[in-house]
Formats: sequence, structure tokens, C-alpha cells
Amino acid sequence: MNRQQTGVRQVVVLCLVLACAMACNKAADVAPAWFGGFRKPANFPDPVYDLSANPVTKEGFELGRRLFHDPLLSRNNTISCASCHIQSSAFTHHGHDVSHGIDDRLGVRNAQPIMNLAWSRTFFWDGGVFHLDMLPVAPIENPVEMDETLANVLTKLRQHKQYPQLFEKAFGNSEITTANFLKALSQFMLMAVSSNSKYDKVMRGEAGVAFTGDEQAGYVLYQQHCAGCHVEPLFTDQSFRDNGLGPNPVDDRGRYEITLDNADRYRFKVPSLRNLRYTAPYMHDGRLLTLDAVIEHYRHEVRETLNLDPLLRHDGGLRGITLSETDKGQLLAFLETLNDAEFVTNPIFRNEN
Amino acid sequence: MKAISHLILFCTTILLCTSCSKEGGPAPDQSRTGNLQLKFDHIVGGKKLQLGTGEYTNGDGELFTIDMLKYYISNIVLHDAAGGEYVVPQDESYYLVDASAVESQFVNIEVPEGDYTQLTFIIGVDSLRSTMPIDHRTGVLDPAGDHLSGGMYWSWNSGYIFFKMEGRSPAIDLTGDPTGQHRYRYHIGGFGGYDTPTVNNIKTIEIDLSRAGTANVRSGLSSNIHLFVDASKVFNGATTVSLAAHPTVMFGDYSQVIANNYQTMFAHDHTHNFETISGIHE
Repeated sequence: MNRQQTGVRQVVVLCLVLACAMACNKAADVAPAWFGGFRKPANFPDPVYDLSANPVTKEGFELGRRLFHDPLLSRNNTISCASCHIQSSAFTHHGHDVSHGIDDRLGVRNAQPIMNLAWSRTFFWDGGVFHLDMLPVAPIENPVEMDETLANVLTKLRQHKQYPQLFEKAFGNSEITTANFLKALSQFMLMAVSSNSKYDKVMRGEAGVAFTGDEQAGYVLYQQHCAGCHVEPLFTDQSFRDNGLGPNPVDDRGRYEITLDNADRYRFKVPSLRNLRYTAPYMHDGRLLTLDAVIEHYRHEVRETLNLDPLLRHDGGLRGITLSETDKGQLLAFLETLNDAEFVTNPIFRNEN
Repeated sequence: MKAISHLILFCTTILLCTSCSKEGGPAPDQSRTGNLQLKFDHIVGGKKLQLGTGEYTNGDGELFTIDMLKYYISNIVLHDAAGGEYVVPQDESYYLVDASAVESQFVNIEVPEGDYTQLTFIIGVDSLRSTMPIDHRTGVLDPAGDHLSGGMYWSWNSGYIFFKMEGRSPAIDLTGDPTGQHRYRYHIGGFGGYDTPTVNNIKTIEIDLSRAGTANVRSGLSSNIHLFVDASKVFNGATTVSLAAHPTVMFGDYSQVIANNYQTMFAHDHTHNFETISGIHE
């Protein structure tokens, strides 16, 4: 063994000793290996959210995670964001057509997933909110969700034993401001990136991952019949459309409530097709309970509504999407590849408190 | 001795003349600043507003009270006769006037010396500020602000409520107010929409000061512009509004009728110039 090799061996040993010493430290003292901040997946476009105005830090994310799970955000301290946005359901309210908020009051719309919001231009089914930082104010102040005021949430946080310290760690200032409160929640939501479905791995050309024959055939059918609205890789073009469901009993007029434009009556934001396995029921009011029912809607049940989307209108008065039984099976097989098991089980989103 | 008494008489005369003068005074020096005060004095037709207790009649013959009245004033600009203008810095140009909070009815701003003949401002919040990042929404624009007890921010349709007026009227039946309180509720906002054009109720008010008193702003002194704000104009403006027919006006097309009406409620009554800064309220 020559001198150089001995030197290398010594360095290796030293590194191992150091690594052991670091591993022996308390977890809180060392940034866990999982925290890499916000990372844009290779097959995604640039995010819409300006991350330079609110860089995601470990402390900011952890503060946001704690706030997300804290029922203190509601009037009587019973409802947290996580009450209706459950990770195992891709941050939706599994099994609920509409959610029950404070005092079990019911809303009129289906809880949407908190997923890939860094790429969202607008939020909610009607797009009434146009900045992620402004999103949490809506559920906090909605009388059927958390029924609290933003001012009072801040008062409760300021009087809390731990929060001022956590804000100090995250933002270098223990004073709890509206901006820092909302930015912490944004940091948590920004990290909720779902990009590890089989589809993503195929698109990124990851070794050993390929579509089956049915999935590939389903992908072609998706491109023919669905991609007009559900654009890759987010699987939504974020537009507002009327897909022929027809008004519901509460006559929710969707986008019209925001624009007051008659052409927007009964139009709703095009939802993503990612993680459908975890997010049933479907549509803005949760009226369709299964994916099978969703495809049947497009095959046979699209109604002649006021603002029916032109993509669902065909020559000869035909409406909807023409699919054979075989097509349907293949399309469902492709949609399965958009489920991201890592996202719904990733321990970094779990409540640590 | 006689010379000294002459000097005293001379000085006294000068002082008296100066204090009597409403016009004149030293020529403005734009390198120096003085205080400008806007006073928002609320009236209803020919009566002073008595919040909660006063009863008034609108153009439709309906009796009403005013229990809450507040609105944003922003983007204040002063013009002089020579065509010069002073734009109050954007960050310092947002005020929330509340008929129930006396301090809010006096807006004090530091402006360059000048003889200002026109005042312009916006009722509401401009679209640029309405879409700025949260860091730029402080003070009266903080969505968490209690906005003098009563939210002035719509969370579900991001934007500020520019103007809020509530009260009661016996003309409002159970159809109009199912709670049986006979209340009317006018919450007017709408900055024009973020990515899709929609209702725009941003109103610019131009007030000619030259007739009832140019504002002579001088260093160390205050020029106080006294505005009468006539809340009856909300019902009796370009359109005569019926409380029975429109007890609740919020984000909807009819809000434009209300905004067009309240745009006419500001009138310049008079200006006090060369006031001392102390006791600046009255």
C-alpha cells in the first residue's frame, strides 16, 4: 500500500467517524436528508408561484405544516386545514361529496386536493383567489368551514407558548404578521408536489419503468379525447368549463359568481387527473362517486347545458366522448398510472406535533 | 422711547395683518413641506349624520337609518393652478374613513408647499394594489385588520370592499331581510378582475378647491380642507335607489348603480389656511 492510498484510507475513516458523530446528534440538530427545499420535477414547467419572494426553508415548511394541522385556526379550535385535506386522500376529504366544517356545517363544493399548487394561477373551483398566499383566508373566514377571522387567528398565535418562537426561527422575527402567517402555510402547500406517479417515471425515462400495452393504448385515448382540457403534465389547463353536468339543487353557478359574466354560468375549474384513486368522489359537488361513473357521464350523460364546452359538442348533435368498452378499460388503465403512492404516504407531510 | 413704541406699533400692525390674511402669506417654497388635512364630515341631505339614531328619508320616500358607514380613500393627488401636481407616495396613500371613528375622519398628509386648487382621490383601492403580494398589504389594507370592526376584505373573491353602508328601514320586509331586522346591507367592491374583466367600481373623485378655498400649504402650518360627505347621495344620485327593492347590494351588477351614486357624495365646503399644527382635529 503506498502513501497516497494510506492517506485516502485515513480520510475515509475520518469521514466515517464524523458521519457517526453527526448521526448521534439529536435529529433536530441536523437537517434531515429529506429536506431539499422546493424542487421542480424534471418533467414539469417552471412554477407560477414566485419562490424568490418566499423561499421554502425547513423551518418555514415545518411551521406551515404545524399550522396546517392546528385546529386553532378555527373559531372554536375544532377544525384544522387537515380536517378536510387528508394526505392519504391526496389532501382531499375522502368519501365526502361536500365537506362538513365547523359544527358539522356543510359546504356546497367538494374539497380540492392540495397538490402541485405552485403551478396554479387561480384557486378554488371558481378561481376567485389568484395568489396562493391569499388562499387560506377563504376557508378560515368561511362560516361553514372554520368561521374564524384572520385577525383572531393571529391573536391566538401571538398568545401561544410556542408559535412566536417558531416564527422567529422561520422568518427571523417573532412578531406574527399576516404576511408571515400566510407565507408559512404557502411553504407547506408548495412542498406538496405530486410528481412520482408511474406516468412521471415513464416520461422522465427512468430505468425499468414502462407502460403496459393497455396503459399505452389508454394514453393514446387520453391524448385523443381528454387532453384538450386535462393538459400534461399537470393534467389541467386551469381553464373554467361547463362539462354538461347541469345545475345542482343549490344552483352553484361556479365561475359566474366571480366574473358575473353569463358566459361563465356553471363553468368550473378543470381539475387535474392526478391521484384520482385517492380523491373520490368527483366533480365540483362530488356528485359522481366512481371513476366508472365519470367516464359514463362523458360517454352517455353529457347534457345540453347553457355553456356546454365546444370540445364536448360534435356534428349531428352528438355530445360527450365516444369510447368503446375496450377503450374505457384502457383509459382507466392509463389513469391508474397517474396515481402517486409516494405523495400520499410521504412522511414529511405528517403532523409532528 | 418714542421710536420703540413706533416699532411696537409697526410690528403689531404687521402681525395683525398677517393673521387676518386668508390669502397671500409667503410665496410657496416647494423644497419645504407643510401639513394638509382632509376632513370628512358626514351629513345626510341637510342634516348632520347621527349614526344609529338619526332618521332620514330617501328620494323614494323611504325612512332609513345609517348604522355603519365606511370607505377607503386612496391615491390622493393635489394640483395647483399652474398645472403642477403632487402625487402622495403610493405606500402612504391609503385611508379608511369610518363614520363611527372620529380620528379616521381626519386625513393628515405632509405635502410640498403650494397653493392647491384641485384635489383628486379614489374611493376604493386601485387594481394594482389589489393584486400586490401580501407584503404590500399593511395598515388599513391588511386582510387581517379588523378594519375598524367589520371586514373590508373579501376572501372568497380576493379583493377589498371599497364602501360599506348598513342601516335599517321599515320599507324592508321579511323578503328583503329574512332575519326580520329590516336591515339594508351595501358592501361595494370590485377592482375590475384579475385575469377576466368584471365589475369595476373604482371611482375617481375630482374636487375643485378654487371656488370655496384654495389650499395654501406652508411649512409649520396646516391647511385644512373641509369636505361634506352626503350619504343620502347613495340613494339619491344619478339613480334613485329603493331600499325595498334593493336591501342587499354586494358583488353584483347593481353595485355599479350604488357606486355611481356614492361617487357624487363629496363636496368641498371651505378651507382653513395657515392653521397651527396643534389641535389639528378641528
